[in-house]
Amino acid sequence: MKEPNDIIIRSVAKVAVVIIFTFAINLFISGHHYPGGGFIGGLAFASAVILLFLTFDIETVRKNIPLDFKVVAAIGVLIAVLTGVGSLLFDVPFLSQSFGYFNLPVFGKTELATAVLFDIGVALAVIGTALTIIMSIGDDR
Amino acid sequence: METLMCLLVGVLFTIGTYLILTKSLLRIILGTSIVGHGVNLLIITMGGLKKGGPPLLGLKNLTYTDSLPQALLLTAIVINFATTALFLVLSYRAYIVLGTDDTEQLRGKEDE
Amino acid sequence: MNNFVILPIIIPVIIGMVMIIFRKQIKLQRYLSLVAMAAVGIVTIYLMLQIKSEGIQTLHLGGWVAPFGVTMVVDMLAALLITTTSIVAFCCLLYAFRTIGKEREQFYFYPLFLFLITGVIGSFMTGDVFNLFVCFEVMLVASYVLISLGGTKIQLRESIKYILINILSSFLFLVAIAFLYAMTGTLNFAHLSLRVAEVGQGGLMTTVAILFLIVFSLKAGLFLFFWLPGAYSAPPTAISAIFAALLTKVGIYAIVRMFTLVFYHEPEVTHLFIGILAAITMILGAVGAVAFWDIKRILTYNVIVGVGFILAGVASFTTVGMTGALYYLIHDMIVKALIFLLGGTVIYLTGTSNLRDLSGLIRLHPQLGWMFFIAALSLSGIPPLSGFLGKLFISEGTFEAGYFWLGAIGLFTSLMVLYSIMKVFMNAFWGYTVIKEEEEQGTTAGLLLPIGILTALTIALGIGIQAIHAYVDLAVEVLMNPSIYIEAVLGLNPKP
Repeated sequence: MKEPNDIIIRSVAKVAVVIIFTFAINLFISGHHYPGGGFIGGLAFASAVILLFLTFDIETVRKNIPLDFKVVAAIGVLIAVLTGVGSLLFDVPFLSQSFGYFNLPVFGKTELATAVLFDIGVALAVIGTALTIIMSIGDDR
Repeated sequence: METLMCLLVGVLFTIGTYLILTKSLLRIILGTSIVGHGVNLLIITMGGLKKGGPPLLGLKNLTYTDSLPQALLLTAIVINFATTALFLVLSYRAYIVLGTDDTEQLRGKEDE
Repeated sequence: MNNFVILPIIIPVIIGMVMIIFRKQIKLQRYLSLVAMAAVGIVTIYLMLQIKSEGIQTLHLGGWVAPFGVTMVVDMLAALLITTTSIVAFCCLLYAFRTIGKEREQFYFYPLFLFLITGVIGSFMTGDVFNLFVCFEVMLVASYVLISLGGTKIQLRESIKYILINILSSFLFLVAIAFLYAMTGTLNFAHLSLRVAEVGQGGLMTTVAILFLIVFSLKAGLFLFFWLPGAYSAPPTAISAIFAALLTKVGIYAIVRMFTLVFYHEPEVTHLFIGILAAITMILGAVGAVAFWDIKRILTYNVIVGVGFILAGVASFTTVGMTGALYYLIHDMIVKALIFLLGGTVIYLTGTSNLRDLSGLIRLHPQLGWMFFIAALSLSGIPPLSGFLGKLFISEGTFEAGYFWLGAIGLFTSLMVLYSIMKVFMNAFWGYTVIKEEEEQGTTAGLLLPIGILTALTIALGIGIQAIHAYVDLAVEVLMNPSIYIEAVLGLNPKP
């Protein structure tokens, strides 16, 4: 295949991808109390990877991120479901969430919630699914 | 506002139906996706448009918007997204294998 | 609160996800899928015993009580259907091991199969309309992939039509949900039932009810079955058997739930409408079954007749009719899977589905032939097999409700079903043996076990009907008295 020679998109993408990744993580974290969350965070994350796909070709990106995204999605759903199963151990209804305040060394008093674990699962599932879709359409020639 | 939204839903449904009734597969998929947007708008309109603050913790509002239609909407959008993507992938494969995206030729014969 | 309620849904999900991670280990996937189905069956039987002693079991997910949260409800109807589902799925899996082929197995056949079952079970257990939609979609997305898995020309062609129809019906479902929410302000079945009873089922509400009926008819193949014969004859046998056994039944279940729990105030409009549709469905399905000479077509049209017949019982809206519908629903799930597996085996052995090219298989495969005979008799409701009692009760129910025409059509179409299936039997199994053993495309080794299990089950259900009689009665009691369901979900003395 001919080597693409898009200086502008390459130099923009190198910066933009980092910004999008950061923004995705920000969206993910803020989702606990404010708009955002695992779904939208995961989508933003996936969009950054898709930008990489567009800039460099799919093969290069896959060489650098050697993950099977279907497995990522599966692990995401597993995490989400297993956090629900966790509540079976405490004899409370399935999917019950709880939270508490802890004094952590650097952050000070921090709220930690089990809902975040569930959200990580959602984010992974979304990233995995979105990228699987894009790759199964785009990979085929 | 609700009336306007209902009109918009009607317009989206009309366009979507028109596109679904065409022969090309790609147009059909676009049609389903437009009808999908119409449906989503309908859900949010039927749940009542904004009457209070956002249903989030930490905001001092007296009234909150009904959050259930929004939850339904989000789920519907996700499912719509998944099925549309799957539909796209499948019809692309069908186009490669069958060599046509004309629904007239996708009809198939009895004995095969 | 009973956390056991969620297990039938999450066992297949978890095991399915684990399978995706271990994609290459086909053997492991086979064992795990069997284990999953067995576990679901055992848990559900345990739940069934609990329901019998303690009443309907509910679980409010995350502790958000109904009507605000997502509620899972298992009443006897759901439990019976889930148990049957797990048995049928178990047998179809056993059949798939031999026939599905390595390529499909590596392309996530088993996880997809489990997700399909998850969707089916979820639809049976859910306590609110929107969650029903979500479970439908889980089931449908899995079925979209399963129907096109392998990617032969005919599969791709049929899958596109199937997906388009189902996407559109999902949108109609959402439209109906939106209207219902606008009118009642709730989506929980129990709460809906209260609200509708309070507001009264006026013209607008009945219209929404009919909209729901159209949506579920599309899924169940009630009258709007034009997509069904093509879609169900495209995929390989194990997949089309599970489709025939389960997918239409989910639509039927949704109709039963909706029109006994929520929209039961205007039976002379809605239930009569269901009855008319059921009658047309039975006639058209029977005509199709008699007309075709292709095994797969005949069998798919028999699915349609079955749908019509079950809904005839529902339309009668009498205790007897409902009991019959329930018996017949369980019988139909088993026997449709059985007859599809049998028909598929015939096609697998001879390589053709055209009845004119088949003859005399019984000399080579006596067990297969006699099991087909038993299945055929069971399908058309000959005593003492499992179809008989359901047929009897449904006919009795329709006569009791005064729908003599409906009962008559039901009985008449049973004769046509008997004719159509006997046509398959006589042509494929009797006559001169035209095919030699060496010429066959495959062997029946390993295929006879799942077929044998299902055959034994249909005989056992016919003879030992007493054993499940008490359970079916409990299920029907809930269907005929919505207040039992409402009390179980919302607690005693609920506020409307």
